[in-house]
Amino acid sequence: MNRYLLQRLGLLLPTLLGALSLVFVLVHLIPGDPVEVMLGETASGADKQELRRTLGLDQPLGTQYGSFLVKLAGADLGRSLYEQASVAAIIGSRLPATLELAACAMFAAILISFPLAILATVFPGGWIDRFALWFSLLGLSLPNFWLGPLLMILFSLQLGWLPVSGRGTWSHLVLPALTLGLGMAAIVTRMLRASLLQVMGEEFVRTARAKGLSETRVWLKHTLRNAMLSVTTILSLQFGSLLAGSLITETIFSWPGLGRLTIQAIQTRDYPLVQGCVLVIATSYVLVNFCTDLLYKVIDPRVSYGE
Amino acid sequence: MASSLWCRIGVGLLALLAVFALLAPVLAPYDPLRQSLDHDLIAHSFEHPLGTDKLGRDILSRTMYGGRISLMVGISTVVLSLAIGLLFGSVSGYFGGWIDHALMRLVDILMAFPGILLAIAFTAVLGPGLDHVILALCLIGWTGYARLVRGEILSLREREFIQAARALGCRPKRIILRHLLPNLIPPLMIQATFGLAAAIVAEGSLSFLGLGVEPPTPSWGAMLNDGRQFLLVAPHLTTYPGLALMLTVLALNLVGDALQDRLNYRNR
Repeated sequence: MNRYLLQRLGLLLPTLLGALSLVFVLVHLIPGDPVEVMLGETASGADKQELRRTLGLDQPLGTQYGSFLVKLAGADLGRSLYEQASVAAIIGSRLPATLELAACAMFAAILISFPLAILATVFPGGWIDRFALWFSLLGLSLPNFWLGPLLMILFSLQLGWLPVSGRGTWSHLVLPALTLGLGMAAIVTRMLRASLLQVMGEEFVRTARAKGLSETRVWLKHTLRNAMLSVTTILSLQFGSLLAGSLITETIFSWPGLGRLTIQAIQTRDYPLVQGCVLVIATSYVLVNFCTDLLYKVIDPRVSYGE
Repeated sequence: MASSLWCRIGVGLLALLAVFALLAPVLAPYDPLRQSLDHDLIAHSFEHPLGTDKLGRDILSRTMYGGRISLMVGISTVVLSLAIGLLFGSVSGYFGGWIDHALMRLVDILMAFPGILLAIAFTAVLGPGLDHVILALCLIGWTGYARLVRGEILSLREREFIQAARALGCRPKRIILRHLLPNLIPPLMIQATFGLAAAIVAEGSLSFLGLGVEPPTPSWGAMLNDGRQFLLVAPHLTTYPGLALMLTVLALNLVGDALQDRLNYRNR
């Protein structure tokens, strides 16, 4: 396990460094003078010079990159141009809301997809199997920027059951979590169903049944566990996508999280804040994928990496 | 599912949507930019079957023209991403060594970002506009094709017909173009179909966030965003562009699934 961990770490660090470098390059891609883009053409020369100094843009590119990495190591993401606070503090105040939403969306996706996929496999070719297929196909085709308004029209505006937007009680969480989680539920249903069908045809499942094991034990110990490997990959990849998907869902439901903050920062051209948000989301994504790699080994001890 | 039937339904739906989009200048009843403030937020009428928006613009015409943008962005993104992915993937897979290592690390880094986040970040930096959207989507799109092509070439290059071509003295360029590429067409067709659906949704997402096509050009994503303010009084503003987008993606997914079933079956 230690060797496996070291090998995965060996891959993680260059990827993370590459991702950080890409975020650094992003801000330097702003066409023309980034300071002018941020402050507008009418800003005074002194203001521009001050911002240039604050952002370190008056330094050579190599120095800027080195300073960027050194600051990052100290969790210093710079200061927001408009909110008079450090980017790290602003992100820190918004991150819990996004994690709460992503976790609930994932929970909703699992709650929908697992029973559906299992029932579809238990009754192959039946109506529930056909429903599962159509659910996954439609779920994959429904973009969340349409699904969100549809749910809002039905449950908030027509039926009045749930609040339209904001954060506070559990009822505020239902619609954003469903909007964010439904696409994921569709993917997981499809993957888990296919995976279960494949595993159920394997000889070790037949052997388990022939040994006289109870059907529950065959399912829990042999079928589900072996089918989980591919589903774990999807769940982890989707968790990263949930963070990215939160950009749209949080905007629709005015959810005060990192996604909405990113969009607001983009709209106000607060580039240090945009850079910080992108950095945090990308780093989380890389780390979640890293944890998944480690989880593989726990789920299936046969997994090795180039050993 | 009976894949051939669903494939036909998907192709038929796609053809219908494509005809509406491509022939929009002929078929659309109004200029999609024509404003008529006296006729704002009409739900349905004989003159405007799908209603009008807050500026009195015809929703049917705008939805048809919006399809042109979606298809244009989707097809451009897929073609460009495919070309880049094919080039890098075949070089990486065929030559191996440090070229393969360097290219695959680059792919890893780009794939370390959730795709839409990178596209949003790029369009935020470069500014909205059709060309920037296509550029941003290509930046995230080519990596999937490169990985696929590399993987396929790695398995194909050890096959006997490639070794025979090598033994006959064929140059790498000829081996890649004449022997390897034809074998890559089926998996690439499947990937391109799903890629087209993904690109159309991504363009919609960017336009929804105000980072895609610039107003007043009609785009399904931007129309959905405009309609959000009028959900209670005019739900039709979000219904029709959303439905058009969903049907397009559904049709592409149906075709992609059917292709996957058919080509995998043939490969077995």
